[in-house]
Amino acid sequence: MIFGVHSPVFIVLLPLSASLLCLAFSRLHRHLGGWVVQLSLLGAFLSSVDSMRQVLDAGGKTIHYWMGNWQPPIGIEFAIDPLNTAVLCMITFISLVVSFYSKPFLENEDWLHYGGYYTLYGLLTVGLCGMTVTGDVFNMYVYLEIMSLAGYGLIAMGGHKSMVAAFRYLLVGTIGASFYLLGIGFLYAMTGSLNMADISERIVPFVHTPLFAFAVACFLVAFGIKMALFPLHGWQPDSYTYSHPGAAGLISGCMSKVPAYAMLRYFFYVFGIHNTVMQSLMNVLGIMGICGILIGSVMALAQYDFRRMLAYSSVAQLGYIAVGMALGNIHGFVGAVLHLINHAFMKCCLFLVVGGITYRFGEVNLYRLGGLNKKMPVSSIAVCLAVLSMVGIPPTCGFFSKWYLMLGAYESQQYIHIVVLVISSLLNAVYYFRIVEQMFVQREASLTELHEPATKLGLPMNMVVPIGITGLGILLLGVYSSTLVNRIVEIGLPEVLMR
Amino acid sequence: MTMIDTRPLIAVCIPFVAALLVSMSHKYPNIREMWSAIASILLFGTVISMTGGVLDGMTYEYTMFNLTDTVGLTMKTDPAGTIFATLASLLWIPINFYSIGYMRNNHEGMQTGYFAAFALCIGATMGIAMAANLLTFFVFYEILTISSYPLVLHERDEEALLASRKYLAYTLASGQLFLAGTVGVYCISGTMNFTPGGFLESHMAPAWVLQLLFVLLIMAGSVKAAVMPLHGWLPAAMVAPTPVSALLHAVAVVKTGAFAVLRILGFVFGPKLLSELGIADVLAWMAVLTILASSFIALRQDNLKRRLAFSTIGQLSYIVLGGALLTPLAFKGAYLHLVAHAVMKITLFMCAGCIIVRTHLHDISEMDGIGHRMPVTMTCFALASLGIAGTPFLVGFVSKWNLAMGAIQAGKPLFVLAWMASAILAIGYLMPVVRMAFFKPEPEGDPRHYGSTSYCMLIPICFTAILSLVLGIVPEIFPPDFYRLAELASAGITAGFGGVFK
Repeated sequence: MIFGVHSPVFIVLLPLSASLLCLAFSRLHRHLGGWVVQLSLLGAFLSSVDSMRQVLDAGGKTIHYWMGNWQPPIGIEFAIDPLNTAVLCMITFISLVVSFYSKPFLENEDWLHYGGYYTLYGLLTVGLCGMTVTGDVFNMYVYLEIMSLAGYGLIAMGGHKSMVAAFRYLLVGTIGASFYLLGIGFLYAMTGSLNMADISERIVPFVHTPLFAFAVACFLVAFGIKMALFPLHGWQPDSYTYSHPGAAGLISGCMSKVPAYAMLRYFFYVFGIHNTVMQSLMNVLGIMGICGILIGSVMALAQYDFRRMLAYSSVAQLGYIAVGMALGNIHGFVGAVLHLINHAFMKCCLFLVVGGITYRFGEVNLYRLGGLNKKMPVSSIAVCLAVLSMVGIPPTCGFFSKWYLMLGAYESQQYIHIVVLVISSLLNAVYYFRIVEQMFVQREASLTELHEPATKLGLPMNMVVPIGITGLGILLLGVYSSTLVNRIVEIGLPEVLMR
Repeated sequence: MTMIDTRPLIAVCIPFVAALLVSMSHKYPNIREMWSAIASILLFGTVISMTGGVLDGMTYEYTMFNLTDTVGLTMKTDPAGTIFATLASLLWIPINFYSIGYMRNNHEGMQTGYFAAFALCIGATMGIAMAANLLTFFVFYEILTISSYPLVLHERDEEALLASRKYLAYTLASGQLFLAGTVGVYCISGTMNFTPGGFLESHMAPAWVLQLLFVLLIMAGSVKAAVMPLHGWLPAAMVAPTPVSALLHAVAVVKTGAFAVLRILGFVFGPKLLSELGIADVLAWMAVLTILASSFIALRQDNLKRRLAFSTIGQLSYIVLGGALLTPLAFKGAYLHLVAHAVMKITLFMCAGCIIVRTHLHDISEMDGIGHRMPVTMTCFALASLGIAGTPFLVGFVSKWNLAMGAIQAGKPLFVLAWMASAILAIGYLMPVVRMAFFKPEPEGDPRHYGSTSYCMLIPICFTAILSLVLGIVPEIFPPDFYRLAELASAGITAGFGGVFK
């Protein structure tokens, strides 16, 4: 349509070039750099949609895009399959929406900070998209680092304790990246290739060797750290809490989901799950997921800082995705992918609202939100939707991922998972309904207005519209979840699950 | 014969649209209430237009969209669902006018939210009544939980807060168990469509799995139907405004629970499988205990609404017991009692609300002689009380007769004793109110202040009182002909199993 066969590469290329040029544009005019990046994000979103259309037109068969027409294993390959494009659409859409939302936070910044913010923001998106779309293991490492570095920067821009949080994430994140590099090294030693599709064929004779086990363990630790899987989640609550409130929606929404998706791709598309090493690894992953769900929920219960509570809730929700993967059957896989997308929207929506509250009142204590339904009506409704989705009340999207996860758990007779899912839903209900109660029932808290609202909706339009869109997205993803599953996810199922 | 028809969809959508319109007309109370009134009449019209067809053996079905890869959000009108849909939509009309009178005369706050949540509840109830499969049922079941939560919380004080938390804890927990059960049922049978006589069969899974699934599913219904020991939320939820207690805690929410129990007994497991598993007897005994215990507790309550709440708990267990007996007449009696109890209890609650609005009295011990000043209200109260006790020519008698015959048909005449005891107890806890109102003199220099009468409240009370009389004398009156609908429903459930009961 727009870029024809080249649309896959534009998903990454457009934001990359725009981010690199952003500062120069910002020097000319403070806002110009931001606009350029936003325009590129729009382009990336349209290219993602276009890629999705192409791959669905091709009946779901993977489209291989070779950079500069160099064929693998020498050249770098972008792999476009239905799942990839779904995740890409999610990332670029959220990124685009949140980029508008950030603007009010940057009102008083000079051109350097303004431009710098959008440079990092664009690069973060580049990293996320690149990790999703690439078909080359070393290329993924590059994008992983781009994502992480941009992430460190954005977290550090949050002010107040954010430096420490960012530094901590930097240390832990670097360890994660090193493990990933180590894993690639093992893979290369065994197969002599860096192309994913190539490796998946050449790895077969090695699947019983200790080296393979080492490599797989490295990937588990690497992605486990990056997706904040329990017990590797230590960096995450601080980073989410103190990150730049304008970017928190993207950071919390996508930055942990994309490593989870990368892990899913490795496990199901490259390593295959029908060998003994992977089987035992899946068990470990399942246990990590279960512990994460329970401990994340309990920790979230104990928080009074709204952002921190959401961060711990993310640990729990990532546990759902891990459990879905660990089930190793079609329904579990569908549940994991669906939850990846659904949770990105839910968490993004909640963080956008928290950011809005911070912007207007400078308040993050969740026991001081009384009467917010009058002051910020749209945000309150969005929070309600997100809360219902978190608890898993149909027809919001959170229910549907839970449904598939439960089906998967029954199928592989992991009844303990069902018990955990039920308990976790109830814990979610406890700590999320607390917020709804605060907002709608408690007496009005005396809050100081940092920014007088310009509109009746309580926030600048730039912020209300993204909040509304993500809130609506939660509902629409729920209603159209069967379309998403039937038309996209089930077409892109990995071959290992078909047997 | 099954026919694709949009009317089930329209019936579900009307209240939801009304809720939207209500919340948008925040500034104009008269227009806001007009939306509710129009919606209630439209809804009843829509439902009643399908009743005739259902009586002739038609089934109207419509799938809105797919919920999951294999299961759709499907609405269907079978006889059992039609009974419930007709009942709820019929009673929404009087309760709507009553609400307007009550909320305005009692100067309640947040009326917009109230009316919107009210309409949402009715919409969810419609969805539950017409749900064609377990998942659709669950969707609306959860919507009902969520949309009735603000109603319990309406007063926004400490007591309401605690009650609402209790309510959510009970209903959400049981909802999640229901979901787990639903997944299990789907996994062993590969389908979720309600089928008269049940779709599960004994060869699908070991007996203990089936029993576990039964417990998981029935628990959700039992919580909303307030079967002891899962009843704790209902008396607490009486802090809500009285029309809420009237419709939700006498008609929509608790009846949904009873309806769910009947759906699970008759349309998921079926009498044949249940009699093999033998687990329905446990439910039956729980119901008997609930009937007796709640009646005794009701005797001791001084707060009128709480007394009615415990009476509700007992009466709902009639329905559960009827279902658990698994015979054709018992099922028929259970469906009839769904109707009968709704009509009678809504009258009682509306009377209680009327007393509250006019005199601000909540306790029975203070109600000496109020019948002299409120003759119409208390006459209706007396009529409905007699109905609850099962007096002939009132609607309560028809259902109880069928229930009792069902127990005999099942060869368990002992259960008849439970109903008889409960009837005597019902006289014991409801008639003193009537006696005090009419036959005790007003206290010297009456300190009580009587507010003005509102016809907006009085006429609905008379309407439902007369309805309970009419349905008692001619139960097969059309529309809605509940009697034949109940007969059709129970015949469907027990069709494959009727050979045992001659």
